[in-house]
Amino acid sequence: MAYKAKFKVWRGDAESGELHDFLVEVNEGEVVLDIIHRLQATQAPDLAVRWNCKAGKCGSCSAEVNGRPRLLCMTRMSTFTEDETVTVTPMRTFPVIRDLVTDVSFNYTKAREIPSFTPPADLAPGDYRMQQVDVERSQEFRKCIECFLCQNTCHVVRDHEDNKESFSGPRFLMRVAELEMHPLDTADRVPAAQEANGLGLCNITKCCTEVCPEHIKITDNALIPMKERVADRKYDPIVWLGNKLFRRTTKN
Amino acid sequence: MTSGVGAPNRASISARTLRTDRWWLPPLMTNLGLLTFVVYATVRSFMGKWYWVADYGYLTPFYSPCLSESCLPGSSHFGTPLPELPGWIPLGFVALPFLLGFRLTCYYYRKAYYRSVWQSPPACAVAEPHGSYSGETRLPLIVQNAHRYFFYVALLVSVINTYDAVAALTHGLGLGNLVLFTNVVLLWAYTLSCHSCRHIAGGRLKHFSRHPVRYRAWTLISKLNVRHMQLAWTTLGTLVLTDLYVMLVASEAIPDLRFF
Repeated sequence: MAYKAKFKVWRGDAESGELHDFLVEVNEGEVVLDIIHRLQATQAPDLAVRWNCKAGKCGSCSAEVNGRPRLLCMTRMSTFTEDETVTVTPMRTFPVIRDLVTDVSFNYTKAREIPSFTPPADLAPGDYRMQQVDVERSQEFRKCIECFLCQNTCHVVRDHEDNKESFSGPRFLMRVAELEMHPLDTADRVPAAQEANGLGLCNITKCCTEVCPEHIKITDNALIPMKERVADRKYDPIVWLGNKLFRRTTKN
Repeated sequence: MTSGVGAPNRASISARTLRTDRWWLPPLMTNLGLLTFVVYATVRSFMGKWYWVADYGYLTPFYSPCLSESCLPGSSHFGTPLPELPGWIPLGFVALPFLLGFRLTCYYYRKAYYRSVWQSPPACAVAEPHGSYSGETRLPLIVQNAHRYFFYVALLVSVINTYDAVAALTHGLGLGNLVLFTNVVLLWAYTLSCHSCRHIAGGRLKHFSRHPVRYRAWTLISKLNVRHMQLAWTTLGTLVLTDLYVMLVASEAIPDLRFF
């Protein structure tokens, strides 16, 4: 059943901006991105929004709906009551370019800081062999669509701009975990996780996990295991002694 | 706000959050839950009485192990190597600091009290009130990395609590035995579901295929670990209920329901 919904959409740029009120038609089965497109078509032709697949797989349409970091294309209008005002703003952690579009280049900078997959030097591409049981932990993290909602909601950078330099954020700490747990990766990534990527700043409040549209258990399966690996190396003399006595390497 | 969500170049929105749901309710409930337990546990730990039911062998977990000569006859399952204690030292002082440390450094409780007590952040996408943030990189919060040591001691205390529950069976079977056993089973589940336990059992390995037994252990602990939050709260509840039951029976406020 169609109805007229009350929308507030943030419009502006890096200099200034404010919430604009709209009354817009909503039809059964629509998502918030459909309504934003209807606004473009009928009332605000210059409204800027980044989108691509409309299927929750490209990670382009990240924004905040009623203050919650969401994908616009995966937020059903049926989750709101007909008399509820729906507020749509850009992600509040990244610099805004215009309207709902933000500059997410912070994430690409952080991605480049992580050394790439490092297979054994004597193993040629095409000769990689690994068992499923060894690689499945890393595979969970490969589901990431890079929507950066976890980066957006993480209070370490959302509430503290000065931490952006020293903190890579949950998405890229998860990337470090993915490589660290990969059976063919030979790089030692634990010291960098703590020092260069700022793992110690994470206080595991799990907002990254809460907002992940791919339902990746970022905190339990990536961040906490990395914190435990750091504890092995930096804060656990028993593990250190065991490694020395039994000549264990970290690549067991 | 000149930093955080109010930093230059970000979307200019004055509100701390635009969330319209009751985001303040979970931290409030967490605070109330934690406060209730802390008050109850503090009062009972310093009470110094009604912790042992001699007739049925019930010992409350708050006083286990009771290792001092101040302990009531029969309640010291592991002897009394310690002299009489002044009243301001809880009789369970040997284990209590480690159990407190285990819960304080627990990855779930950290999330709970960082959000509710320290408001860092109070809820997702709700700006925190603090001007600066250093996470767990400095003292005192860097001590959170010692969680595994508290876990080792908590394992030992779980063994002691299990012994207490089994020892009580030599007096017959009553409702108190079921209460003690339920508490012990849940304490084991909470302790073994710990993230450090998951890491130690197998999570630290790079190749599960080379360590099938540890992989199996990791798999089982991972299943428990999913319920770590529920177990954290359930065991707070069973600890209070177990202690309350022992206190009521010991003070003769209620009789124990005996099966045989």
